Amino acid sequence: MNIFDRIWNSSLGKKYLMALTGAALFVFLIGHLLGNLQIFGPPELINGYAHFLKSKPAMVWGARLGLLACVALHIASAVTLAQLNATARPQAYATKGAYGASTASQYMLPTGIVIVSFVVYHLAHFTVLLPGVNGVGDFSNLKATLHHEQVPDVYGMMVLGFEVGWVVLFYLVAQALLFMHLNHGLAAMFQSLGFRDHVWWPRIQFLARAASVALLIGYCIIPLAIYLRLVGHDYAEMIRFKPKAQTAPPALVAAQGKEAK
Amino acid sequence: MKVTLKVWRQKNRNTPGSFKTYESPELNENMSFLEMLDVVNEQLANRGEEPIAFDHDCREGICGTCSLVIDGKPHGPHKGIATCQTYMRSFKNGDEIVVEPFRAKAFPLIKDLVCDRKSFDRIQQAGGFITVRTGAAPDANSIPVPKPDADLAMDAAQCIGCGACVAACKNASAMLFVSAKISHLGLVPQGQPERYKRAKAMVDQMDAEGFGACTVTGSCEAVCPKEISLDFIARMNRDYGVALLKGDPKAIKGGGAG
Repeated sequence: MNIFDRIWNSSLGKKYLMALTGAALFVFLIGHLLGNLQIFGPPELINGYAHFLKSKPAMVWGARLGLLACVALHIASAVTLAQLNATARPQAYATKGAYGASTASQYMLPTGIVIVSFVVYHLAHFTVLLPGVNGVGDFSNLKATLHHEQVPDVYGMMVLGFEVGWVVLFYLVAQALLFMHLNHGLAAMFQSLGFRDHVWWPRIQFLARAASVALLIGYCIIPLAIYLRLVGHDYAEMIRFKPKAQTAPPALVAAQGKEAK
Repeated sequence: MKVTLKVWRQKNRNTPGSFKTYESPELNENMSFLEMLDVVNEQLANRGEEPIAFDHDCREGICGTCSLVIDGKPHGPHKGIATCQTYMRSFKNGDEIVVEPFRAKAFPLIKDLVCDRKSFDRIQQAGGFITVRTGAAPDANSIPVPKPDADLAMDAAQCIGCGACVAACKNASAMLFVSAKISHLGLVPQGQPERYKRAKAMVDQMDAEGFGACTVTGSCEAVCPKEISLDFIARMNRDYGVALLKGDPKAIKGGGAG
């Protein structure tokens, strides 16, 4: 058997895959958060960043395919391990079990499923820009002027998108579950890969908790700040979809793209 | 004191089982849990009923034969002790105590509270040994072992193979047992020649027996009567990872002093 078969056909091997793909996805979460925190700067900042990413299709698609592969492996290992685990105890206990286990560790699969469905929604919301899912309108029409160029108005999209209550609620719930998932997963990946001893385990648990709290705060303050009208409210009012684009003032930095051409 | 027992009764593997409720006779609170079962069984036998079958042997916490999931926790309410050293003073007069067998696919039920834990023996046989020279006993301390390694190996060697880790794990995973057996030999010089081969063979046997995988919930460590640490599972993961990367040794052609 070659090494890939050996890894895939063993319960420990699949845990290595879970840990390594989980680590890669965690690194993405940090990068994605840092990118998104630019919403707290002027509109040009995040729009410029988005434009920069769009102008490097090889890099963006490389990252996307890599992430997709990680997600696919992470889910495939999770599902096959969950099947194995489900068959390992054909008859359940009558009494409540899981003595000494943390809540997060028992619900990795459910929290993971919600996170996946959130990711699908998030992609439809801000990447594919499906007009039906955002509760506002067609985001693909939003354009901003950056260095005399028409670019997608990411800032406007976010400030309009996060003024919708149920969208914000879904984002916050997903972030809370992501926190649970990471709080257990970040520490457990060290265990799965064997990087642990009695000295390092408390430190690893502390760092895992700290990192998941940091991500929770970082990802929650974006929709919350916008929903509470603390960020970009004036901008949102300025570009809010109007029946006739001509009525928009000429000083607008962002306008509906089709009319602006 | 008196207690009410809700006990799993099952004639054999092929007959469906169910819980039966028994009122205990007057008990001494310093009886062990197993002695309480003895007294209840005596009463059952006197009434002409089938006594409750349960595993027990040394009754001093070192053999790993006793089992039982008591009120949802293997080996009863306390930390770091086996069922045989759980005493009735840990319960209150009039308590209802639910007693179930260890449940796992790899621990098929034999009767009532007795399950077959031979899967552990097969894992042990797959690699839980070292090569030793036969002949006269070697001098003590002829092989230097660093004290921290010796201590850690002794911590792992405390595992009595009772299977509480499997019983407690939500995935019925045997990782804590297997990791203790792998580590106890892998930590000392005598265990080095087969270190990675052992990790590979024992983990593969564990998978073949139908135990679940580890999700690092820590239940096993929490119920272990010998308080074996999850650290050993990490150690096993490390050794098994090295074994996976190494692969099986290639046969040498031509033999001899190749």
